[in-house]
Amino acid sequence: MIVETGHFALILAFALALAQAVIPFAGARLGDGALMRVARPTALMQFLLVALAYGALTYAHVVSDFSLVNVIENSHSSKPLIYKISGVWGNHEGSMLLWVLVLSLCGALIALFSSAMPAKLRADTLSVQGLLGAAFLLFILLTSNPFARVSPAPWQGRDLNPILQDPGLAIHPPLLYLGYVGFSIVFSFAAAALIGGRIDAAWARFARPWTLFAWISLTLGIAMGSYWAYYTLGWGGFWFWDPVENASLMPWIAGTALLHSAAVMEKREALKVWTIFLSILAFSLSLLGTFLVRSGVLTSVHAFASDPERGVFILAILVFFIGGALALFALRAGALPVGGLFAPISREGALVLNNLLLTTCCATVVIGTLYPLALEAITGEKISVGAPFFNTVLIPIALPLALLMPIGQMLAWKRGDLSAALARLRVAFVIGVAALAAFGALQGAPYLSVAAAAVAVYLVVGSLSDLVLRANARAAGPRAALARLLGLPLSVFGTAFAHAGMGLTLLGLAATGWGVENITTMRVGDYADVGPYKIVLEEMAARPGPNYSESYAVMAVRSNGQTVARIEPAKRFYPARKTARTEAGIVTLGLGQVYAALGEGHDDGSIDARIYYKPLVTLIWIGAMVMALGGAFSLADRRLRIGVARRAAAPALPQAAE
Amino acid sequence: MKRALKILALAAALLAPLGAYAVEPGEKLADPAQEARARAIATELRCLVCQNQSIDDSDAPLAKDLRMLLREQIRKGASDKEARDYIVARYGDFVLLRPPFKPETLLLWGAPLIALAGGVERGGAGEAAGVGG
Repeated sequence: MIVETGHFALILAFALALAQAVIPFAGARLGDGALMRVARPTALMQFLLVALAYGALTYAHVVSDFSLVNVIENSHSSKPLIYKISGVWGNHEGSMLLWVLVLSLCGALIALFSSAMPAKLRADTLSVQGLLGAAFLLFILLTSNPFARVSPAPWQGRDLNPILQDPGLAIHPPLLYLGYVGFSIVFSFAAAALIGGRIDAAWARFARPWTLFAWISLTLGIAMGSYWAYYTLGWGGFWFWDPVENASLMPWIAGTALLHSAAVMEKREALKVWTIFLSILAFSLSLLGTFLVRSGVLTSVHAFASDPERGVFILAILVFFIGGALALFALRAGALPVGGLFAPISREGALVLNNLLLTTCCATVVIGTLYPLALEAITGEKISVGAPFFNTVLIPIALPLALLMPIGQMLAWKRGDLSAALARLRVAFVIGVAALAAFGALQGAPYLSVAAAAVAVYLVVGSLSDLVLRANARAAGPRAALARLLGLPLSVFGTAFAHAGMGLTLLGLAATGWGVENITTMRVGDYADVGPYKIVLEEMAARPGPNYSESYAVMAVRSNGQTVARIEPAKRFYPARKTARTEAGIVTLGLGQVYAALGEGHDDGSIDARIYYKPLVTLIWIGAMVMALGGAFSLADRRLRIGVARRAAAPALPQAAE
Repeated sequence: MKRALKILALAAALLAPLGAYAVEPGEKLADPAQEARARAIATELRCLVCQNQSIDDSDAPLAKDLRMLLREQIRKGASDKEARDYIVARYGDFVLLRPPFKPETLLLWGAPLIALAGGVERGGAGEAAGVGG
């Protein structure tokens, strides 16, 4: 009964989404306030209904209702509760329902927090959001019904793929979806602005917090996913340029560019065309990613759907929304009035360059991801585009971009002074060169790692030196400097932290070149050297888990004769699916990690082991968290939260050097 | 009884087919220099049955076969290029994670330049109307 209620709620949500799409839109055209006001309650109600449907499916999973196909295929009565809950989105139907849940949540958030927006813009935004909801709800109802029943119901389910039974996977998809579905808000804003024809700084002021919100979630979601891959897949790889990973990276790059572009538009009314274009692009790439993952065009660990009917449906949604938005853009963008003027060497100029480089990276990832599909469709020829291609093509863009980031940060709006900006960065340059010499002497080859690490150190120092310089400017003594530092706008901290976080991630990535590995066969009592550590295999044993049996090894990590840590790499066997997974044994020492995974066991009691020392590797994810923290600072900036009314009252705030 | 179960679980887990993943100790070439070359080449060869994984990373049996094939060539004294060509001759360009330069991949390798040029022409010029101030 609860399940049927959920199904019915989903159908009702579809009907409401249609109403939300049509009525406010008509109201905005007719100038009818009553019709426009329909948008808010329908958006809120749509969210509640989808949440009800989602809750019903979760309930069915939690109580192991094996009369549901979805539960049979993805659950097992002995599965731990957390994976019964996360298993709801560990499959095609459930993950689409989560997608729509987040989409309707976005609609509800707009409805709740947009009272300062012009009525027409608000109505059109919610109307576009409603149309998106209707399309995806219809997709679920027609092709991916999670509520399908079966009779007679079996006694037991087939369990969730063991690789998905992991705390990381319990957090990663919701964050990721908040991120790339979150961009739907900005997409709807952009479409509404194009429909209404009014695009100004106030628009950017509404759009920017939502962009930040989506970007922060996506940053954390991608980082989480990559850490999951790192510790789950057994050899410490964290990014494979898999099309499914690229699906999340493409909107992230576009979103990063959008964030910067929207900042310019908000402050200076410039870069309108860029900002609107990137708003459309970010969510379009999310849709493209959804299509790639959900259509079965690709097959990978992540893609559980392989049904052409679904593929064609999503493709139709994709073409309609992306095509529609781009057509609107083509029609209206030309007529946009030119905003604030600026010299080529200025903060705005730097951000145009940033947009160019980021969209180039983004286009490269898109083309690299789609090229094999397109080539095979056209000529039948199969090629692979993998990590070596992306590294070769993207590193020459990414490293110069990293070099330019602190410089852009130092330039003033309107007209900047390049030599003054460079002079302000001299400390960062000196430390960067020192880092180059130090890394070169201590680590040596690969030289790309040395160069990238030096750029990373410069980027961290350069990003943060902006804060120090501002605090020290005209301040007498450390106390006054501290007071000035604390008085700086939060968005200045946001920029500094986000850029420094990028530097930390880059440093972690560079250091992967200095990793050490030892692949060997060990018996109890044997030791293996890896980097500065000695690993001793102390014990091998087995133990039962809640829904698996596990054999594990106890390894002592020794440094200078002292045991500094013990790790327990393990292999788990899940009888329900008759599959196994490795559990790496990982310990963080300083910023690096020792990582061990077990391989095949031999009859003589020995076992294959892969042991790695990965210096600075944690910086990859710490950097992502620092980036997200920077985003949070910007989001918390008071100037972002105050409404347009306040801004209009005080238009002449001096904002010279931010 | 409990102990017997434990041993059974241990045996089941240890002998589970998953065990074989990526490079195994037994596969390694005796000469470290040759092994290092084999590893470097292996990271650029695709495990044909996997999604964008190199044979160096993959636990699929086919990846292991390819690694053995590659090492055999290296051991026989083949140069990097000869060893790679040997694999490509059998599995086609699909096996290369770095697609070769040829007419069909021109747009792929040119993608960054094309995108940058397009961006400069469109976005750059569009905003350049505002440049002056």
